[in-house]
This record gives sequence, structure tokens and C-alpha cells, in this order.
Amino acid sequence: MTPSGQDLLDRMAGALARRRVRVIDLTQTLSHSFPSIVLPPEFDQSAPFRSEPISRYDADGPDWYWNNFSCGEHTGTHFDAPIHWITGRDDPRGATDSIEPSRLIAPACVVDCEAETAKDADFLLTRDHLLAWERDHGRIEKGSWLLMRTGWSKRSDATLYQNFDETGLHTPGPDLSAVRFLVDERQVIGFGSETIGTDAGQAAHFSPPYPCHSLMHGAGRFGLQCLTGLELLPPKGALLITPPLKILRGSGSPLRVLALVEAAD
Amino acid sequence: MSPSRSPPKNPVLKTREPTVPPGLRSRAALRLTAAACEGRLELQRCRACSAFQYPPREACTQCLSTRLEWTECDGVGELISETILHHSNEPYFRERVPLRVGLVRLDVGVTIVAHVDGACAPAPARIRLAAHLDKSGQAALVAHPPEGPTDMTTSQTHRDMTCDPRGRKILVTDGKSETGEALVKAFIAAGADKVWAGVAEPWKDATAIDKLAQLEGVTTVPLDVTDARSVEALSGLIGGKVDILVNNAEFHRHKPVGARGVETARAEMDVNYLGLLRLIESFGPALKFRAADGPNGACAWVNILSVYALSALPSQATFTASKAAAFAASQALRADMMGVGIRVMNVFPGPIDDAWNQTVPPPKLAPSALAAAVVASLKAGVEDVYPGDVAQDILARWRESAKVLERELADQ
Repeated sequence: MTPSGQDLLDRMAGALARRRVRVIDLTQTLSHSFPSIVLPPEFDQSAPFRSEPISRYDADGPDWYWNNFSCGEHTGTHFDAPIHWITGRDDPRGATDSIEPSRLIAPACVVDCEAETAKDADFLLTRDHLLAWERDHGRIEKGSWLLMRTGWSKRSDATLYQNFDETGLHTPGPDLSAVRFLVDERQVIGFGSETIGTDAGQAAHFSPPYPCHSLMHGAGRFGLQCLTGLELLPPKGALLITPPLKILRGSGSPLRVLALVEAAD
Repeated sequence: MSPSRSPPKNPVLKTREPTVPPGLRSRAALRLTAAACEGRLELQRCRACSAFQYPPREACTQCLSTRLEWTECDGVGELISETILHHSNEPYFRERVPLRVGLVRLDVGVTIVAHVDGACAPAPARIRLAAHLDKSGQAALVAHPPEGPTDMTTSQTHRDMTCDPRGRKILVTDGKSETGEALVKAFIAAGADKVWAGVAEPWKDATAIDKLAQLEGVTTVPLDVTDARSVEALSGLIGGKVDILVNNAEFHRHKPVGARGVETARAEMDVNYLGLLRLIESFGPALKFRAADGPNGACAWVNILSVYALSALPSQATFTASKAAAFAASQALRADMMGVGIRVMNVFPGPIDDAWNQTVPPPKLAPSALAAAVVASLKAGVEDVYPGDVAQDILARWRESAKVLERELADQ
């Protein structure tokens, strides 16, 4: 007990030290070979991650090793800020540098869709699926993340991960009913996915197009993409730490996503 | 015939280091080289007395006029005598004796000592003299049969001066593009031993990759010229085997200056200019090391540039700027590679008939025509290629007056 009587963080530190609270990394390694989102080629593209050495204990810097890296804001495991989408453009606290920091730590609900997405790459998570999940695990609390577990992060082959054919990307995501339910009825803080986008691969053809981007960001909510390790989280009870880089007027950024999970006794 | 493929290399023997023939030339003699770079034989002709002369000099040996003009010459003449050279103090020639050399009398009235193609009949015989680039990148004169170099041209001399794809291992850096597919097919048809087709971002356009992989003699390999790690990894895998590297990787958009943002320009520079630098850094040393590695050693580096590298096309300002940058880098590469005798061949096409030139009116260069020009130019051993009508037209206008061309391109 600290002199002030406020011992919550002390107990937390103790729990972390004893591994009573485990820290789980939900982040893909930021590497040159991790695929980037693909837009039609007439649009400018998001730059993939690149890293070129400044020096490596050599003539350019005898005692030190460091690199210059470059990438788009939406590269690897990354955070989508509300101003990423036109619907969120007027959000005064919707950029990576203006988001309220208290919103960067929040609980997570994990909906396991691996069985469905194994059968159907275009699987859509609906309001009914979410209501069924709530019957098993309890209500999705206001201010929680909703993470869609699809097993997509296990697709280490970039071609299978992207899953393109002549009609574009085939990856799972939420449908309009699920997004509306999460934004309006449950007031989640954001939606997280293992795939390259929070929306389904075919979401350009939905009405409205890209409902998860459009509605979430329009309501000031966040997105997390390219997550991994969701199978290590309980359906409910994990705490997510998700601070993006504090980029001036940034629309998002690569980040390290950590989950705190209480270990079973 | 050229060897159809390299014999397997004996791994316990030292790799022969490249040597080059003496490369110093006078300023006047470099004009002979400049014409040879494009495959032409040009000789000095006096504007006062009309006499041709050789070797190049500052004044006419007949009338002392200094009004000398470099004039294209068909090279037709007679081999009047010949001999076999058995000894030389130059390491390059020592490695190549015996060499057939002869005295050639051209019909235009000059007498020249030249290499003699093995396919020429014994002297006296009708011949056609051609200017080739030797391993030092300088003009060397070779007497061929009257019909020019033929399949019977067996001499190592001629092979050293050309870069025939037959029997060689070739890397095409972007196999997925329209030019890439055409180049790959043209090299296979030209008898290449093996063609590696680079594939960037394999998750895009899997159909094109499958099509490439099904071509006989083609192996697809991961290569993204915007990624130093990818270039380095591929160089580690095949760098010591590539005989001819063809860099056709290109990012092409139509943007004027003043368009919002620089991301398109950056992407163009990243592929068209920095991509070339990354390839040079990784593959350059490996190619140089193998410049004399057996009969089919590393011999050429081909850059697909653009004729607008000579003079900017304002409607595609950022693209042409990136090609101009690549042109500058390629000249530096050439200066470096000349020391070991690897030919750096620059190809300057006009608009290519591909998706990014869809709305450009004809004439446009078909990818297959580009590929055919590359193969023919490697066989001919030239170093600057301007394939197609647009390229030839722009080149002629640029030579006439770079300033007039600049003005004329302003509104295109």
C-alpha cells in the first residue's frame, strides 16, 4: 500500500512481474516483405516498408548502426485515425496527434470467426453473429474494441494473405448491419482485423462502400489492421494498448499493439 | 555458331580476370567510336577535295583543309593481304592469339589495317568493313564477308565485340510488365540458356506470373527494385550467374510539374532511378567479376530508358525527369563497366504501346518491337539504341538543335 492509499498500479506492476498479467504482442513485424494495401494503379499507392542503412559500424559511422526507414501511414500492423476517412475529416480530435490519450488503452472483445472464414474467404460478420456472441460472452461494453479473429494472420504467404483474383481482394470483414450495431448500439471504440483492411475485401461494392471505414471514422472511432495473435486473447477481458505515432495531422500509423491478459490461476 | 550454353564451370580453377585492349583514343578518333556506338561506320571526308581518310586526323592529308566531315561509309572494299598474329605484348591480345588481321582497301580509297572475320575468303577477297565496339568500348574495325557478319562468323574477336544472347543467362528485372513478357520471349527465341524474370509484389496479377512460369526456359524470381533487401537477396542467389542484365522495371505516369504532391514523382524516381542504383550496387560487382568467365561470361547490362531522357516531355515531366536521372546513372555505370569490358547498352524508345500510353496517339513502339531491337542490338554489339520512328525522329531533332526540340516538345 502506497502512502496515498492508491495502490492499483503497484498491484498491476506486481502482477506483471509475477506474470499474473501477461503481455501479448498482437503486432506483425514491420518488414519489407509484408504486403501493402493495393489501390487501382491510377491512384498513388501507400509506400511499403523500406529500410536502408545509414551506417553499420562502418566508414559511414564507425561505432553505430542505424537505418532510415520509410513507409505509408497505413503499413503493417497499423492504426486508422478518424480523419483517415472523408466522413471523419472534421473530427477535431481525430488525427494521430490530437486523439485523447485516454482512448488509447481500452478493453477488447474478440469474436472468433476462424471456422467461418476457413470455409468462405468473403465471410461477412453480421449483427446476428454479434448478438449470438453476446449471448455466450455478455454484452460488448461501451468503449471496447471489437476484434474480428479470422486466422488471416497465419497466412504467411503474401499472395494468400492478399487473396486476389480478377475481381479483387477476397478477405473477410463486417457487413453494414454489424458496423451499425457496433457504432450506434454498442458504441465500441473501434474495429480491429487481421486482414489488410477493417472492411471486407469486396467492400467497395457494398452500400455505402467500405462501411467500417465510413461509419466508424464518421463517428470518431478507430481501426486496427493486420493484427496477429488474436487466438491468444480471451473472448473478453483483455486490455489493449494502441498508441499510434504522434504524427502531425497523421491519418494513422504503424504501431505496436500490446494486449494485457490476466493469466488463469 | 556461338556456344549454345556454357560448359559447367570447374569450381577449383581461378576465374579468369577480365582484360581489355588499349582504350586511349584521340579526340578525333572518338568520333569513330561515337558512330560505332550506334552501329555505323563513319570516316572523315574532306569537304574541300572530297577525299576520305583514315586514321582520323585534324586536317586532310591530301589538301591540308581542316574542313573534315564525318561521313557514313558502306565499308565495301577488298582484303588485299592478310596475316596471322601470333604474339602481342598486350595481355588482352596475348590471351587471344592467333588473330587474323589484314590490310583492307575500301572502294572509297582508304587503306586500313583491320581484324578479319574468320568467315572471309582468303585474300584477295571482297569484304565489308564494319566498326564494332571492342572490350574497351572503343571502335575496332573488322572485315566481314560482303554480306556482313554471318552465322559462319565464329571468331572470338567478333564474339568479344558483341553480346549475343545465345547461350547466355539473362535477368529481366520486371517480367510481369508488357515489355518484360516480350523481352523474356525474345531472349528465349534468341537461344538464351536461361531467363530469370523478376516479379515484384507477387500478390498482384498472379495470372501474369503463371503465364511467365509456363514459358520454357524461364524462371520467375522475386525482385522488387524499390527494395534493397530484395535486390540483395536475388543478387546473392543468382548474381554470380547473370551474363546479361536487362533493367526494364519502370513506373510510368503522365504528370506535369505543378501537379499536387510529389508522391508520383517519388514513386517514379524510386523505380526508374533509385531502382537502377540498387541493381548496380548488388549486381554490378558480380557481373564485373565474371566479365571474362569462359566463352559466355558476363557481357552486358541493358537499361530501358526513354528518348525523352534527352529532352523533357513537359506533359510527363516527372517520368522524363526520372528517366533523365537513370540516363545519367547509366553513363556513370558505363564508365565503370568499361574497365572490365562489360557493355552498358542504353535503349531510348519513344512511347511504348502499353497500358500507360493508352491515350498517346500512334506511332507507338510495340513491346515485341522493343524486345526485337534489344536482341538485335546485343548481337550487333552497339551501346545506344533508338528503336522506332518516334525515337529516331526525336534523336535527329535533338542532334539538329536541342533548343528547337525543347520548344517543340513544350506543347506536346
